[in-house]
Amino acid sequence: MDFNTFLQILDATVRLATPLLLACLAGLYSERAGIFDIGLEGKMLAAAFISAAAAFVTGSVWLGLLAGIGASMLLSIVHGMASITFRGNQLISGVAINFLAAGLTVVLAINWFGQGGRTPQLSGGGRLTPIDLPFAQAVADVPIIGQIYAELISGHTILVYLALAFVPFTWWLLNRTRFGLRLRAVGENPAAVDTAGVSVIGLRYAAVAICGVLCGIAGAYLATALQAGFTKDMSAGRGFIALAALIFAKWRPWHALGATLLFGFLQAISLRPDVIEAVLGFKIQIQLLDALPYILTVVILAGFVGRAVPPRAGGAPYVKER
Amino acid sequence: MTLMKTFLGATAAMALTAGAAAADPAIIFDLGGKFDKSFNESAFNGAQRWAEETGGSFNEVELQSDAQREQALRRFAEAGANPIVMAGFAFASSLSEVAADYPDTKFAVIDVNWVDMPNVRGIGFKEEQGSYLVGMAAGLASESGTVSFVGGMDIPLIRKFACGYAQGAKAANPDANIIANMTGTTPAAWNDPVKGSELTKAQISQGSDVVFAAAGGTGVGVLQTAADEGILSIGVDSNQNYLHPGQVLTSMLKRVDNAVYEAFSQGTDLETGIYNLGIAEGGVGYALDEFNAELITDDMKAMIEDASAKITSGELMVHDYTSDETCPALDF
Repeated sequence: MDFNTFLQILDATVRLATPLLLACLAGLYSERAGIFDIGLEGKMLAAAFISAAAAFVTGSVWLGLLAGIGASMLLSIVHGMASITFRGNQLISGVAINFLAAGLTVVLAINWFGQGGRTPQLSGGGRLTPIDLPFAQAVADVPIIGQIYAELISGHTILVYLALAFVPFTWWLLNRTRFGLRLRAVGENPAAVDTAGVSVIGLRYAAVAICGVLCGIAGAYLATALQAGFTKDMSAGRGFIALAALIFAKWRPWHALGATLLFGFLQAISLRPDVIEAVLGFKIQIQLLDALPYILTVVILAGFVGRAVPPRAGGAPYVKER
Repeated sequence: MTLMKTFLGATAAMALTAGAAAADPAIIFDLGGKFDKSFNESAFNGAQRWAEETGGSFNEVELQSDAQREQALRRFAEAGANPIVMAGFAFASSLSEVAADYPDTKFAVIDVNWVDMPNVRGIGFKEEQGSYLVGMAAGLASESGTVSFVGGMDIPLIRKFACGYAQGAKAANPDANIIANMTGTTPAAWNDPVKGSELTKAQISQGSDVVFAAAGGTGVGVLQTAADEGILSIGVDSNQNYLHPGQVLTSMLKRVDNAVYEAFSQGTDLETGIYNLGIAEGGVGYALDEFNAELITDDMKAMIEDASAKITSGELMVHDYTSDETCPALDF
């Protein structure tokens, strides 16, 4: 395997890991605040559809992105209402959101566009285009470093860089700010936060709203950057892989980056059976590679690689003592 | 409000079909929906053509879930629709259950050539022949000598496409290198355009400059990426040349519309039995229209037509993967 092939695989890794990373961070905010969210998949799907639909109608991908975030936020608020205000079961609410999004996107797409559950193709300003970082062309011939810069680092859409920037930002927000401390506390011991006079409900809604924004960006990335339009069920289980990555990362932002890059790398390498065969010298089943993220998560959960302890108050609605 | 209308409309449509006039033909579309730009839409076009030419009317329903197959079949049969056409291999098991209960109703099912019952017309396609032709086109159009294939779910039917394609490419260029990838092993593989795009990019980096997608909704991503990256692509089932004018080399046509038209035209006298439609029967072919006229040169066309004639006359045999689960031109 030459260096160029290796770079191409890493390039694909970054593209495939970005939606996972965004969804994983989305889940991180929500779950660190004590709200389990298995509706990441549904929110991504809804955002993908609405962003593609809005981008097609307005011709502007930015309006599409905003609309996608709006749609995802709406579902987040539904989840918040069900699990915070009405103290319902968070898992059931999440499942409901997944089903709702899977059905509603197709019904609306057929009703609005009549193209068998997809949006018309986006073109021009309706799509996010890759941006070339400064001097990318100039240094492309410099061995190793120049190649890495031009091939791997440059040439992604803005949302990829945004997603990567969210990792240190999330770490800073959670670990270095008052808001972050309270957010983490509300997922561990909401009664203590309440005693301190801080609104548990408000914090949890804030977390769920941030989760909605990030899922919205992830969905818009799928439909307007990676693809040129929405096709039904296009999220294809990425929300669930992101959940697995979240557990794998033990609910920490930098680890989330590592986990999603690992899962992205596994997906990228499964696209190149020829490379695997050349490196290993024998044929490996693609299905095995596809299953690896889940196998790794099970291994983590079984405690072989370390314990993954979820936030202590996760999944439990907060009831104020009277 | 419009959404409500859709729901009411769907309910009303179901109710109406229950009281349909006797002996009107009926068609049941598979889960992709009748405007899927591909398989189901082709079936719908055939039904529509029959309605326009004869002035007749037909009943139709689009399924929303697997559980509705048998229900929809029984509804139509009870209501006296005849013949009842089903688009899709997934109807095979429901049909086997239902057909015997309605001996006076004729059924036609597309992509199923193994249900042998006295009142069933099973229509299969020789996909390997159509794929062979587009494989030849790919082999002739490729400048790098490497062509590729993206399949949807890894099932024998899709391997049949891949195998025919590989044989055609080898026939056009004996040194051709063929890369074949499947998107996945679950039904989600039909609707993962993102993975389709990435597979296409991976194939391009291995030197491919023509890609054939037989992958349902995943193919949308394949064709899009091929157009973005400046290589040629080949569509499937319906004519998809118009999706990216000048960048789709051709499409492997599966004339589902002809099969539906034929079944509707025969009406209640539908001839039952197993039919396998190849090039000779007008069942499969390749698409040539104004969108790809500049891509298919006269020489290419002459060679493809020549192969087509040889397949029709039986002089050239294209190996069918499903006959023995092996492929002479491609290693899965």
